[in-house]
Amino acid sequence: MTSRPTVMVALLVLSAGTFAFRFAGPALRARFAFPKRAEDLLSTAAIVLLASLVATTGLTTGHGFSGFARPAGVLVGGVLAVRRTPFPVVVIAAAATTAILRLLHVS
Amino acid sequence: MRSIWRTLDPGLVRGIALVCLSVGAIGVSYGAITVTKGFPLWFPVLSALLVLAASSEFLFVGIIAAGGNPIAAMLVGLLVNARHLPYGLALPPGVLQPGWRRFLATHLMNDESVVLALAEPDLPRQRAAYWACGLGMLVCWPGGALVGALAGNLVHNTDALGLDAMFPAVILALILPALKDPRTRNTALAGCAIALVSAPFTPSGLPELLALCAVALQLRPGRNARGSRGTRDARDAQQDHTPSPEEVGS
Repeated sequence: MTSRPTVMVALLVLSAGTFAFRFAGPALRARFAFPKRAEDLLSTAAIVLLASLVATTGLTTGHGFSGFARPAGVLVGGVLAVRRTPFPVVVIAAAATTAILRLLHVS
Repeated sequence: MRSIWRTLDPGLVRGIALVCLSVGAIGVSYGAITVTKGFPLWFPVLSALLVLAASSEFLFVGIIAAGGNPIAAMLVGLLVNARHLPYGLALPPGVLQPGWRRFLATHLMNDESVVLALAEPDLPRQRAAYWACGLGMLVCWPGGALVGALAGNLVHNTDALGLDAMFPAVILALILPALKDPRTRNTALAGCAIALVSAPFTPSGLPELLALCAVALQLRPGRNARGSRGTRDARDAQQDHTPSPEEVGS
């Protein structure tokens, strides 16, 4: 592993930079008046980001396919959520499906 | 702060508690993975408190443990966390209160607190959901990391427990109500397609940002005429019966 001070500096810059990203959005929003239509677009943008995060974290590891076990678990969770199953069941069913498939050597 | 708890109804409190618990479980795997890769016990806890953004921390630790340059790990982490800028733009003004609380509220911005706030109908409830979820995560994410770091080798094979399926399942369940709107759903599906097509070729974090190009679909002329909204939505709903989670199984 590389020298620890470099790692610590990198961690601190990552924290500060992340805070800056978090700070910038509301600061810009407070400074300018956005029309209603722009506000709608911004909340759609947040949902698009979150949906694409579901797709990438559900289906990929690094730059490749994650294998079938994880997306199968997420799919089971998604179907249960559509059927208004209580949230804890959704999350546990997703993890359990993936775990059982891996136990059965379905990667 | 007390008004937050008065504003929240029991169902939402339960939902937020479970979101935080599942984040805590992912935190356990983060702590365990980090110490088994040779980091000191305090490292995952400190990074969880300071960064408070899971995916960037997993990548940061993973890159350094694989012998990568810490500067490169930092840049990848920043790229992954750039999505907080559009999140902040999407939050209605007033969710982050003015004054000293503003700094803490800014730090509490994450995938879960933003989606929970956006799902609420009015400002007091948006603010309450945002703060409750954010504060819960501030406790559960580092707390989980500490438990994982202490348990270390005991739980190092967290993939066997299927914990990696939890985060996408949590976020999917949280965005489902917003996806009922056909236009939002189509835009989100287009964004997913862009992210998945670009994922093999782009550094981590970029696919999600590229997915934002899908929002341009809503700028097409003729689609934004307010007067025809009802008929258009009815027509879209007829055309599109696709259940929203299909994207994850494709």
